[in-house]
Amino acid sequence: MTEMVYGTVPVQQGEPVLPKWWRTIDKWTMSCILMLFGVGMLLGLAASPPLAEKNGFEYFHYVKRQFAFGTIALTVMMVISMMSPVLVRRLAVLGFLGAFIALLGLPFLGTDFGKGAVRWYSLGFASVQPSEFLKPGFVVVAAWMMAASQDINGPPGRSWSFVLAVLIVGILALQPDFGQASLVLFAWGVMYFVAGAPITLLATLAGMVALAGSFAYSASEHFARRIDGFLSPDVDPRTQLGYATNAIQEGGFFGVGVGEGQVKWSLPDAHTDFIIAVAAEEYGLILVLFIIALYMIVSVRSMLRLMRERDPFIRLAGTGLAAMFGVQAVINMGVAVRLLPAKGMTLPFVSYGGSSVIASGIAVGMLLAFTRSRAQGEIGDILRGRAR
Amino acid sequence: MIRTPLRPLARILEARRNGENPDAIERENIRLRHEDMRDRSRLRAEGRLLLLSVAFFGVFSVVGVRMGMLAASEPTEPRASAAGARIVAQRADILDRKGRILATNLETYALYAQPPHMIDHRRAATELARIFPDLEEEDLLEDFTGKRKFLWIRKKISPEQRQAVHDIGEPGLLFGAREMRLYPNGKIAAHILGGASFGREGVSAAEVVGVAGIEKKYDDRLRDPAMASQPLELSLDLTVQAAAEQVLYGGMKLMNAKGATAILMDVHTGEVISLVSLPDFDPNDRPRPATKGFAADSPLFNRAVQGVYELGSTFKIFTTAQALELGLVNPNTMVDTKGPLRWGKHRIRDFHNYGKELSVTDVIVKSSNIGTARIAQMIGVGRQKEFLQSLGMFEATPLEIVEASGGRPLLPPKWSELSTMTISYGHGMSATPLHLASAYATIANGGTKVEPTLLKQAGPQYGPRVMSEATAARSRAMLRAVVTEGTASFGEVEGYQVAGKTGTADKPKEMGGGYYDDKVIATFASMFPAHDPKFVLVVTLDEPVETSGDKPRRTAGWTAVPVAAEMIRRVAPLLGLRPQIEPAMMTGITLTSN
Repeated sequence: MTEMVYGTVPVQQGEPVLPKWWRTIDKWTMSCILMLFGVGMLLGLAASPPLAEKNGFEYFHYVKRQFAFGTIALTVMMVISMMSPVLVRRLAVLGFLGAFIALLGLPFLGTDFGKGAVRWYSLGFASVQPSEFLKPGFVVVAAWMMAASQDINGPPGRSWSFVLAVLIVGILALQPDFGQASLVLFAWGVMYFVAGAPITLLATLAGMVALAGSFAYSASEHFARRIDGFLSPDVDPRTQLGYATNAIQEGGFFGVGVGEGQVKWSLPDAHTDFIIAVAAEEYGLILVLFIIALYMIVSVRSMLRLMRERDPFIRLAGTGLAAMFGVQAVINMGVAVRLLPAKGMTLPFVSYGGSSVIASGIAVGMLLAFTRSRAQGEIGDILRGRAR
Repeated sequence: MIRTPLRPLARILEARRNGENPDAIERENIRLRHEDMRDRSRLRAEGRLLLLSVAFFGVFSVVGVRMGMLAASEPTEPRASAAGARIVAQRADILDRKGRILATNLETYALYAQPPHMIDHRRAATELARIFPDLEEEDLLEDFTGKRKFLWIRKKISPEQRQAVHDIGEPGLLFGAREMRLYPNGKIAAHILGGASFGREGVSAAEVVGVAGIEKKYDDRLRDPAMASQPLELSLDLTVQAAAEQVLYGGMKLMNAKGATAILMDVHTGEVISLVSLPDFDPNDRPRPATKGFAADSPLFNRAVQGVYELGSTFKIFTTAQALELGLVNPNTMVDTKGPLRWGKHRIRDFHNYGKELSVTDVIVKSSNIGTARIAQMIGVGRQKEFLQSLGMFEATPLEIVEASGGRPLLPPKWSELSTMTISYGHGMSATPLHLASAYATIANGGTKVEPTLLKQAGPQYGPRVMSEATAARSRAMLRAVVTEGTASFGEVEGYQVAGKTGTADKPKEMGGGYYDDKVIATFASMFPAHDPKFVLVVTLDEPVETSGDKPRRTAGWTAVPVAAEMIRRVAPLLGLRPQIEPAMMTGITLTSN
């Protein structure tokens, strides 16, 4: 009766949020992300003063900005990682719609900052690159569609996600931003692979990507010049690639010393695309291997955790996010060591850039949310005698 | 494939019989099938995720290993700070024996364009066409607006031109530092130095490579960065070379010759003090090789080392020297000179009839072909070949310029006794003037072989002995007599006691088929001072004719000898030789009436 009059005594459903979060979060991945952010700040101290000097700001202007953005990014990451997968999915779909509309609006309202591609919105105090935010949203949406196709009476989600991927790749290629386009395509490919793609289809797809690449080479001068620079590094020793390789060689195993590096003065993208060259020159191979190890732990460990995941949506979305995070790092560093042609790709959390670091924070926050330990129905398996 | 039906008839019928809803069976079956599919999908995803993790691990490892390899390797690219830095002298200088510069480097700039960086293509083309009148504005504009991202406009530009290009203010026009090879003495010693041009070219520097002469022969040495500060010192003497070129040029014009060469060589060290070949060229602006006509008429042709000629009577001294050495004759032995000397169908004649017999000295002094041939018969084929070979007459000279290897002597294909007789007076075998100079140096230095060299030497060469001191001394006495009382009487230079031998050989027709009767190669091979020769001088004129008399005269005594004498007169004081005035005859008792 009392309960009917006064309502029930408030009873906490399950555990409180923070203890549950702390218990289930992947602490290794989170520590690695925090260390990457620390390394990024350290390298920002080295790499951004030349830019600040050039643009007439005080010496550590960009470091302070990066710290502010980084703090926002880490907060966002933490908050997202506390959400349930369903909430993450809902927000991500909304975010995806917003970013997609922003992407469509770029040709009318965007700016190219004199770099030959309209990719940014200038907000006065900062610039926003919608494609950075689009990527994690796209991964979640595509994973949702693919997972839905596995349900009873589900929609043909794989085809839908493919159409969506092609649409986004087309828009990005028109900017042109082949780096982001190939990332989106790659993330979709990985998810499709894990969702059970037939092997023959994957091979055909790889062939088509090669064809598209060669078409881009012949059609776009911007693209062709970068590929040429990669294929014949002796054509012009003053390319960014030449300087970056030289910086890595100069650095050797232990670096030339903090603040002693030269490459940051000659590379216009030293604080973004070629920050690994700055790291290699000033701190040597030691720090570079450490950075590589951090990225590897984040992506590989996340995938290994996702192997146990039974929810197809969580599995696919987590895979897509981890693969995109890892491959972005691989491409950025591969360019600096001339394994890959020059491509404007930021190093997540380490490169300077407001959109980049916040978008990375969102993506990794989702990844952390998806890789949290949760009940996988193993007890049920055991009870039903299906345990392995 | 056996399909499992979703509504198995047996169970449906049973359910209907029991009054249950048969649809529940279908739903249950669908649920089971879906669960099974999800399980299979999960297992497949597990495998594929593992594969993916391994792939990522591999890719990250590859990047790490590549980083390590790069970090372990030495930086090879030019450093950022090196951009625009001065390039150091990369090619060593060439000096003469007294340290005067024969070849050095000059800093200059190359002009290139990067059309993608250009602001105003048309203005750049217009202005460039104004600065360099030989460039076409339309061509430039086409290049600038076309697909090219880089093009050279000029390989070398002057400081004034550079400033003018700067004044255009076009960021797409850039300069690359260059070194160019400079020969400050112009044509002097052109054939020895050869020339240089650009090899591999980069934006900020270009190789300078030797294309001929000593520049090519010692290209590696001159370009070796470790030896860049050590200049290459030659045996040449710039002053003597200049004087010799001047005198020879005058002589060539006076004697109406189409070409001339002179070699001055130190008889002990083998150093070539001067080597002239006319016509010559300016190595700063080396002409292109001739594409028509005879190569021997090109100014690039080095007559001294590439010109293979029959050198005529200058060879006679080798025959008599060998006969003396073998003890077959002494200078006073009488030799039958009754002509003509018949050998099969061949006849050997003298220029004049010298009577029945002459002493060996007179055979040389009067230059008797018959007498020399008779002495050669005494020597025989085998011993003559051996002797000429020991003088270095069978091989190309080892002079340190690339062209020297092209001067291989022409020997008779079958060395018969007739060959021996004609070769004894310098016909039937061809050699370069440099061969002759080094063979005469052997006689001059007392009988040891000397190899000509262009590098400054520290001391005399001690080559293998070819003839005894005594033979060399007697031969020199004969050569001295040629000047004092024989065919080379114009060769007497007061105070320098010139000794030598003339040689006049008909020129063979270039296309084969006998000899011209009005074209000769006139040679005077000389040494001075005769009592202790220090230098050998060989002067060869190509097709000389002296027309001051009533008949055109072509013999060496009238053409090559006066030129050589003038050269000795000019050059000997420069060489540090003191004129030696022979003591006047002791005054005898003169009866005078008082």
